[in-house]
Amino acid sequence: MRAVRRVTGRAIPLNRANVDTDQIIPAQYLKRIERTGYGPFAFEAWRKDPAFVLNNPAYAGAPILLTGANFGSGSSREHAVWAVEGLGVRALIAPKFADIFKNNCFQGGLLTIELPQADIDYLMARAEELPQSELVVDLESQTVRTADGAWERRFEIDAFRKYRLLRGLDDISMTLEYEPDVAAFEATRSELLPTTTG
Amino acid sequence: MTTSGPRTLSEKIWEQHAVPSPLQEHARLAALAEGGGRGATGQPGERPDLLYIDLHLVHEVTSPQAFDGLRLAGRRVRRPDLTLATVDHNVPTIGREQPNPDPLSAQQLEVMRQNAKEFGVPLYDIFDIRQGIVHIIGPEQGYTQPGLTIVCGDSHTSTHGAFGALAFGIGTSEVEHVLATQTLRQTRPRTMSVEVTGALGPGVAAKDVILAIINRIGVDGGVGHVIEYRGEVIRSLSMEGRMTVCNMSIEAGARAGLIAPDETTFAYLKGRPHAPQGEHWEQAVERWRALPSDPGARFDQEVVLDGSAVQPFVTWGTNPGQSVPVGGRVPDPSSFATASQRESAERALTYMDLAAGTPIRQIAIDRVFLGSCTNGRIEDLRAAAKVVAGKHVASTVQAMVVPGSGLVKAQAEREGLDRVFTDAGFEWRDPGCSMCLGMNPDILLPGERCASTSNRNFEGRQGAGGRTHLVSPEMAAAAAIAGHFVDVREVL
Ligand code: SF4
Repeated sequence: MRAVRRVTGRAIPLNRANVDTDQIIPAQYLKRIERTGYGPFAFEAWRKDPAFVLNNPAYAGAPILLTGANFGSGSSREHAVWAVEGLGVRALIAPKFADIFKNNCFQGGLLTIELPQADIDYLMARAEELPQSELVVDLESQTVRTADGAWERRFEIDAFRKYRLLRGLDDISMTLEYEPDVAAFEATRSELLPTTTG
Repeated sequence: MTTSGPRTLSEKIWEQHAVPSPLQEHARLAALAEGGGRGATGQPGERPDLLYIDLHLVHEVTSPQAFDGLRLAGRRVRRPDLTLATVDHNVPTIGREQPNPDPLSAQQLEVMRQNAKEFGVPLYDIFDIRQGIVHIIGPEQGYTQPGLTIVCGDSHTSTHGAFGALAFGIGTSEVEHVLATQTLRQTRPRTMSVEVTGALGPGVAAKDVILAIINRIGVDGGVGHVIEYRGEVIRSLSMEGRMTVCNMSIEAGARAGLIAPDETTFAYLKGRPHAPQGEHWEQAVERWRALPSDPGARFDQEVVLDGSAVQPFVTWGTNPGQSVPVGGRVPDPSSFATASQRESAERALTYMDLAAGTPIRQIAIDRVFLGSCTNGRIEDLRAAAKVVAGKHVASTVQAMVVPGSGLVKAQAEREGLDRVFTDAGFEWRDPGCSMCLGMNPDILLPGERCASTSNRNFEGRQGAGGRTHLVSPEMAAAAAIAGHFVDVREVL
């Protein structure tokens, strides 16, 4: 996993609540067995509307996605994260994210930043009025600020996740370091486990 | 870290599965290294625990990239004997003997086969009678047991919570993590109690109960929480009904939903192929009896719903919280409290092509889908068959039944339900997810309107431009006959 420290750039104002994973990436693209190449299919249905924000060239390739509450609700498909990432997005800012989507973003090194609705409203209006204006998301200091520094907010992230993201550590290798602990624990449960073989 | 004092069911399971100490230590050191910050305080949601996983269910759609990751890193599946794979999301429900006409689908099914073989994971493949929707086969085989941690790369893994297991959906990277380590890093969830009091009226189904709950708490009401469903109504439900309720926990945003195991649970499990047998059975039941939430256990949130007042529900919008009782009308967007709700309702009515104020019973439908992990079990088929017996599907409607598993299909055929459905003009298909998610050719055409027993009415969920109304099996069956929504209580 690549390390992430700071994301700087324009923000896409996707002003909708409860954006579900079926909108982010429709089921028909889940037949693919690759991890990449989902960007062109992201938000396929909504992109048919010329007025949809992602069709506005001013936001093309912007690395920050501003959106409403409960973004990523619905399916556990990580393809949704791969699709958003395929658009060039590296950080998402919303009042609240769906749990599985948030976990999936973390796995892919995408930052999910939760701020109060009032802050989202402010950033949304700003991105709509001044599409070229930039934001700086800084993981180290846990802050989001406007590039001119006039506005700044702190966000929360648990220390463990922050530690891992800053260093780009691979989750599986870290867990495998605890193999002796897992094996010892497992031995206490062997009788309770529902074996699927034999 | 364990909670002292009375504990809830989900807290007990969590604590029984958190691998002791090392990770907490790691998190604490990390927090120190970062100069403080939050975390490592033991508060819910702040600190990932390393959770041992007892059962990992795998299917063809969310696993290929995970197996690929293992291969690239030269890793093996740590416990293939705690892993079970099947094919469900992307299988044809008709003409299985023919070569799959879609090369991408054929490849995905073939890759599942190869991965199962290479990594030694048992697979219920397409011609295995035990094949079916992953959340139907786990309980059916007796793998799903009280007190276990169960994960799957699928959000409706919450279904298994009906047995008092802690079961939740994960993404593909986490699937890879579980395959490699048999553990998962997860932050501790908050707890929510949803108590449904009283007794359900006739014609009111478990599906209506969960639709009523989501209507009440909202599609993000459960975010960050595990919901425990309690109360007389929940206790009186069959295991099938409890699975329907827990299944849609994710539709309220919850991380999981569960129900305390009781005699109904034990009776369902006893004698199933992979349930404990003989003396192990008695020991297991004794353990399971200690699982229910302790008297006085505190939840972070508590909701109480009067079960006697629950009516058959129909969704009118594009998320599962946008619903009304069948006797109601499509709401006026201006009647909602917040700007976001109003905007969402307006968008939904445009997409659904519905006018505010339309009585639900006047909404005509083109398609009926009976199936999915929400309502594809034998009891669901029986309930629907009772409504359609001796009648015929309206000439304007195309209706299909997709049993949830090969065993459900076989059981239904033994009971003659297939004949009841086909005589009434329903198509009788092979098991799989089918039109629940529209990955295979079972899809709605743009503009088609469907009464569906599945769990999601998102835009395009059942096919681009398709319009989905979520209902119970009884309500779907009644709508198929009438050609529009009707109150099933009037036709029973
Ligand atoms: S039936 Fe539908 S909800 Fe259930 S696992 Fe299949 S696609 Fe997912």
